[in-house]
Amino acid sequence: MNSMLNNLIALAIGLNLIALGTSRIPSLIRAMSVQGVILGIMPVIMDHHLDWRVIAIAIATVGVKGVAIPHMLNRAMRSANIDRDMEPLIGYVPSLLLGAAGTIAVMVLSRYLPLLPHHSGSLLVPGALASVLTGFILLIGRTKAISQVCGYLILENGIYLFGLLLLESTPLMVEAGILLDLTVAVFVIGIIVDRIQREFDSLDTRKLTALRE
Amino acid sequence: MQTIVHSILHIGFWLLVPPLLPGVINKVKAWVAGRRGPPLFLLYYDLARLLRKHVVMSETASPGFILAPVIGWTALGLATAFIPFGSAGALICFKGDFILFIYLLALSRFCTVWAAMETGSAFEGMGSAREVGFAVLAEAALITALLSLCVQSGSLSMEAILSPSAGTGTLLLAAGLFTILLSENCRVPFDDPNTHLELTMIHEVMVLDHSGPPLAIILHGASVKLMLFSVLLVQAVLPVGTQSPAVSTSLLLGGTAVVTLAIGITESLMARFAFNRVPLLLTTAFLLCLFALLAAWRGGVA
Repeated sequence: MNSMLNNLIALAIGLNLIALGTSRIPSLIRAMSVQGVILGIMPVIMDHHLDWRVIAIAIATVGVKGVAIPHMLNRAMRSANIDRDMEPLIGYVPSLLLGAAGTIAVMVLSRYLPLLPHHSGSLLVPGALASVLTGFILLIGRTKAISQVCGYLILENGIYLFGLLLLESTPLMVEAGILLDLTVAVFVIGIIVDRIQREFDSLDTRKLTALRE
Repeated sequence: MQTIVHSILHIGFWLLVPPLLPGVINKVKAWVAGRRGPPLFLLYYDLARLLRKHVVMSETASPGFILAPVIGWTALGLATAFIPFGSAGALICFKGDFILFIYLLALSRFCTVWAAMETGSAFEGMGSAREVGFAVLAEAALITALLSLCVQSGSLSMEAILSPSAGTGTLLLAAGLFTILLSENCRVPFDDPNTHLELTMIHEVMVLDHSGPPLAIILHGASVKLMLFSVLLVQAVLPVGTQSPAVSTSLLLGGTAVVTLAIGITESLMARFAFNRVPLLLTTAFLLCLFALLAAWRGGVA
């Protein structure tokens, strides 16, 4: 049970790397959505007594993160007709190394955190922190709005991983609420991306710093 | 008696089976493209043809031009002795032999580069520079992958680290090792084995001036290396060594066939990367292996 879970978290950490290293927005979206799907099926593996609510949440997570959000982002990308190659503020190799260094630091750090005994052998905490770090690097280092959204979603994946620690004690209503918020947020961002594109003829968020009346 | 039979089987397997792999890969590529493709046993015919031919030597070349491929091929052959064959175990096994394994692979690479430089052609020097440049990253990744297996299994010999599965980091390790396999054997995202266009070649350019029996053993050595990495990948990922002999042999052969198919499909679906993107991919492979190491270290506690 635990080794299966650790395997999946390790895979999610590997996907962080691919998200950091890729130069094409479609593969960034794919890495993000595959990570979402992997996280979506985790509660089913973790929970010892399978509840219909757990399964419902898993299906909803997989559906929203694996299908709906990538679909919306892909559509926004196509309608905005953006340049697929990104022009990052932090280059690919530096951001890859930064992400790797962050992950190693987090792995070391998590040894010293006061965790519950049955969480100490699990990769949940380092995996969560690594995803949050990856999300931050993408948010800071990329200039195109869509890749920043992907960074934001990877950040959210990290928070979701952290939430899995408290699976037994949080009501699943909270998860459902987060999922709904996320969908609405991406939907709104899809519209905003379209507006930015029409107004500025580019999705470069650096141009937004020079707004005038 | 049993060791003798084991040795003969081991040597026979590694001599006869590897040339089949490039044939299978080419068949898969042809099948995906809707062609009939070259015969499955093409490399065997090629080897037989080359062994009957004379050697043409450049005036600038020293005897090292012949010697280097021989040493390189022997080093690869020795390296196979450390690879266990399913539950049958390895021919040679001692504590810390994985370091020797890595060095034998490096020696064989050095010999290929040496033979290429013997010809005095600037063109082959360029290919050698590329080969060695990519190897810096690929070797680091391979060492990290083997280290993660060591940490996971708590032992230091190839036979012991390859027999159980890779545990927590299995999926990461599989992805990392597959990328190393593609890079080390000059397969598609890194190099195109089919082209003879000077700007794109790595391995092909280094063997351009070889002929006759030396070329035959270089080609055979390349197929052995492909087999070596496929078998390494399968045994690292699946718990082959802990099964019964029949199951482990079929797992090993089936796994190798799957890896070969995967190489063929990758080659059909991908284009070669631009040179400036190759280090990025190799760094990713290295970091995947590093994360497998971390996962083995952290997740192994549970």
